[in-house]
Amino acid sequence: MTEVGAYSAESRNGFNARVERALADDQLQHALKRLGSGFVEKRARAVARFPEFERLRDAATSIKNHVLANLADYLEKFESKVTETGGQVHWCVDAEAARNTVLRICREADARLVTKGKSMIAEEIGLNAHLTAHGIEPVETDLGEYIIQLAGETPSHIIAPAVHKSREQVTALFHSAHGTKPRHAPEDLVREAKAVLRRKFLDADVGITGANMLVAETGSAVIVTNEGNGDLTQTLPRVHIVLASIEKIVPTLNDSATILRVLTRSATGQETTVYTTFATGPRRPDDLDGPEAFHVVLLDNGRSALLGGEFHDILRCIRCGACLGHCPIYATIGGHAYGSVYSGPMGAVLTPALWGVENARDLPHASTSCGRCESICPVRIPLPGLMRHWRERSFSRRIDPRRQRAALRLWAWFAARPRIYRVATGLAARTLKLLAGRRGSFTRLPLVGGWTDGRDMPAPEGGTFHRQWHRRLEQ
Amino acid sequence: MIARTQQSRSQILAAVRNALDQGSPNKRATSPGKLVVPACAELDASGRQALFIDMAVEAAATIHQIASAEKIPWAVADYLGERKLTGKGVIAPDMSELPYGQAGLDIRCGNGKDSDTFSLTGAFAGIAETGALALLSGPGSPTTLNFLPEAHIVALKADDIVGTYEDVWSRLSALEIAMPRTVNFITGPSRTADIEQTMQFGAHGPRHLHILLIDEHR
Repeated sequence: MTEVGAYSAESRNGFNARVERALADDQLQHALKRLGSGFVEKRARAVARFPEFERLRDAATSIKNHVLANLADYLEKFESKVTETGGQVHWCVDAEAARNTVLRICREADARLVTKGKSMIAEEIGLNAHLTAHGIEPVETDLGEYIIQLAGETPSHIIAPAVHKSREQVTALFHSAHGTKPRHAPEDLVREAKAVLRRKFLDADVGITGANMLVAETGSAVIVTNEGNGDLTQTLPRVHIVLASIEKIVPTLNDSATILRVLTRSATGQETTVYTTFATGPRRPDDLDGPEAFHVVLLDNGRSALLGGEFHDILRCIRCGACLGHCPIYATIGGHAYGSVYSGPMGAVLTPALWGVENARDLPHASTSCGRCESICPVRIPLPGLMRHWRERSFSRRIDPRRQRAALRLWAWFAARPRIYRVATGLAARTLKLLAGRRGSFTRLPLVGGWTDGRDMPAPEGGTFHRQWHRRLEQ
Repeated sequence: MIARTQQSRSQILAAVRNALDQGSPNKRATSPGKLVVPACAELDASGRQALFIDMAVEAAATIHQIASAEKIPWAVADYLGERKLTGKGVIAPDMSELPYGQAGLDIRCGNGKDSDTFSLTGAFAGIAETGALALLSGPGSPTTLNFLPEAHIVALKADDIVGTYEDVWSRLSALEIAMPRTVNFITGPSRTADIEQTMQFGAHGPRHLHILLIDEHR
């Protein structure tokens, strides 16, 4: 089984308990309300003013499909380019190998302080805890990541890791961590973080960044940011380590332009982010700055097992976070309820792949099947369909709870016998209507207490769907 | 340890190849598809320049047009005066030829330091599509200049404004130099929205991005 990284076994199951906590958490609900449809509207505006967008989605999709179909060749090409430019590639089968590789590089550099740009792979492998346990201080420098590091939490959103935190919480965290007087205005909080982290940037021995893309043609690692923290992370320390998973490859610099165009618009609704940076190898002999060493830690961690299979398409994901922002489930429960660093629809598909579906059986059910995620995914990943694949798999492997399985089997028995199904549903509809009486709804129903706890169940008003459909066809 | 990395390498590559059965010629033939390039690639020079200015300003950069590179020191002094920016400045070694002293500027030449109030650099290109500046690292253009100071002033020749990202790459490959350590696309000043989605400028990088657009055809 794949490494779970920073996550205890407890966090893998107990989705329902986490959802209940999330729903009861007023502060979180307030934060989710504040987030509202912000990302959705920004994306829609950016797409509306860019007529090529739909064609670019197709182009981005085919670039990723092409890369995946030739992944081994491109990985080798990328490695040879990195080596040619004076860098080093480290291949890591799983999270443990990646953690240890990073630790070894840090030790070889006599590192005490490590600055980090935002990296989901670092979160996936639980890197901070590992470095801390071995006497190396990791400091997150993306403001959102820094806030959640101070809070001892994990990100609740791919591109906005501290989206669940209120300004008051940030004030309290900074006050206690920095020993400064409490500051309340966001601009003062940003200024304070900048001053504290500037020292860290200048003192750090190693800088670790993620990568939005790896370019095979040149051996470059691409980061896309707004703050500039990733650039200071990879420019100032002696050693630059890039953490990336194997599917992040694009063939050429021109291909990276296509991905960039759909990535930033899908993520934040920006035409482009403030900083898009291509890092290639260590500093050149006459350069006045830049790192002396350049390492790329390439992580598999279960991804190669997805290639060519049912879940192949999730490997196209470029981590824009659009499916989170467009998901009614995410909007209701936030990111932490998923129990994984990857939340929202893409998390509901990827997490079972990383942990085994037996350790994440509820996540593929965290969906209303509304299809919004698929309709906006920049690389056209059929997310609801992939969640259905997981549900089928967990049913066939008898992973679902017994009652759920029994209910499904019962339904399947009826569904496979149309005549009985029609009679039974017709009877049920009439009975429910009768039982509901004038009120027209139920506040409690046996077997579906979980559903009626939060809302009333409306009673059927007339005939079954089949009957209404037939009537419509006859007209 | 090296042996283990080698072993992981073959393990991962074998897993990938087996999963895809990459030996089959059909799979290899998959093409990455046609490149879709935005319409702005077709604009003429003046169209590109107008779009570049619009996009850069939208990204909160400020732009001042000057008629020749000789005017740079005075344009820098004017800008610093307007913004009431005092303190030390640093210029890229590439730009050290100009008479900064005559404009009353006290600046050094080299890489960026934490204490710098402002920096002055050149740019390899401007990109009309997004209003981004493309900067290449090198002995004459250290990357730290782009990130450490409070204000980053960039001198860009109007003739260096291209349509799209792809145009930057083709210009770079025409130079027949190795890919620089760092290629920065910079669009406006540093910002963050990590506290309650409120936009704040000057997160870790410069709070101000000022472009001196050198247009000799004006």
